[in-house]
Amino acid sequence: MLKIKDNIYWTGHIDWDLRSFHGYSTPSGSTYNAYLLLDDEPLLIDTVKHYGYDDLVAGIRAVIEPSRIKYIVSNHAEMDHSGSLPALLELCPKARVICSPKGAEGLKRHFKRELPLSTVNSGDTLATGKNKFKFFLTPMVHWPDSMVTYLENERVLFSSDAFGQHYASSLRFAEEAGPDIVFKEAAKYYANIILPYGQLVNAVLDALAALDVEMICPAHGLIFRREEDIAKIVSLYRRWANHETGRRSVIINDTMWHSTEKMARRIYQIMRAQDIETSLINLQTTHISDAVTEIMLSRLVIMGSPMLNNHVLPTIGGLLTYIKGLKPRNRKGMTFGSYGWAQAGFKELEDGLAESGIELVSPGHYFQYIPDELELENLNDMAEAVKMVMDT
Amino acid sequence: MKKYKCVICGYVYDPEQGDPDGGIPPGTAFENIPDSWVCPVCGVGKDQFEPVA
Repeated sequence: MLKIKDNIYWTGHIDWDLRSFHGYSTPSGSTYNAYLLLDDEPLLIDTVKHYGYDDLVAGIRAVIEPSRIKYIVSNHAEMDHSGSLPALLELCPKARVICSPKGAEGLKRHFKRELPLSTVNSGDTLATGKNKFKFFLTPMVHWPDSMVTYLENERVLFSSDAFGQHYASSLRFAEEAGPDIVFKEAAKYYANIILPYGQLVNAVLDALAALDVEMICPAHGLIFRREEDIAKIVSLYRRWANHETGRRSVIINDTMWHSTEKMARRIYQIMRAQDIETSLINLQTTHISDAVTEIMLSRLVIMGSPMLNNHVLPTIGGLLTYIKGLKPRNRKGMTFGSYGWAQAGFKELEDGLAESGIELVSPGHYFQYIPDELELENLNDMAEAVKMVMDT
Repeated sequence: MKKYKCVICGYVYDPEQGDPDGGIPPGTAFENIPDSWVCPVCGVGKDQFEPVA
């Protein structure tokens, strides 16, 4: 429990031990943030994942008896935020749960029981005494049920998963932690969770531009309260929603006998010869959730795989499936790899990138078994295409 | 030609724009879009679309 503003308290659960969030690697753990707003009618924004229930309730109890809660706002039906809702309602059975119409459907499907739901639409308001809340539906940022809640009289935005970071810390505010680490984790979060929904993010940012926001309280990670940090996270979200990238590339590969890897390293040198900031990723040692973060930040995605029974390696195959769902836009791609006797399977690599929205800008470079020094030299063919991508 | 709205995510199909990325040229009426087409934003099928008044 922590007071973050007059009559506004953070509560929730810090998940120090979480290392995987449905396939998103979280070496820094995460938090599930709930916010208690004291007023004539106390209101709680969100709950926590089911195993954080004790911390959530202890935090509430340090301020008021949980039975006094009159409203629980469910900004999002996913169980990292709704997980403790049924148990919490046992402590405040007269409370109403405020959610979007899709949130009502979602909560019923998740919990298989009747809940005291009151649905709201964009622009609806709720007064609890001094506090006046306004709700904005944000479908597909990142689920159909998602919404955000704005506290008008304090200018605080409870943004649900938007602007969130999977980052466990005893600190609560972005500026206390850096804030560079917070923006770094926010980028990984956006790349893995929000990337397909850029058009909808833009619509939400347009709506929020009309509001005066002094504090952004996300459902994961640290709170933004300095004007410059709020401006920065909003402008980063704009940038990512518009699929803007810098002069940056990422080379992603896996390898069976180091041949594809040798090519990857030579391509890295080609990038560096043009002074392009580049990451070199091998999927044996780097998780796909970090690979897609690099993809999000890069204008050029260069992917290589060996052939295994005429298909890409399953690690690369898995990444291609992931990227097809994340739908990066405005990025260019190239492919490379080593084969033993047949090249037809490289089509899977090329098609996979193309289907994800990454336009190939040069023919693929494929060599049999171990590439010769001359063949590695020939990779310099790529330099011209690289220049065109970066400099136009 | 009528516009159609996805009830899951709110995406509006405008026949004048079509959905070129999804293989639907501008000027295609919603009724003429193949049944295999999905909402470009959230992926649900044509059955989740309602006409916009």
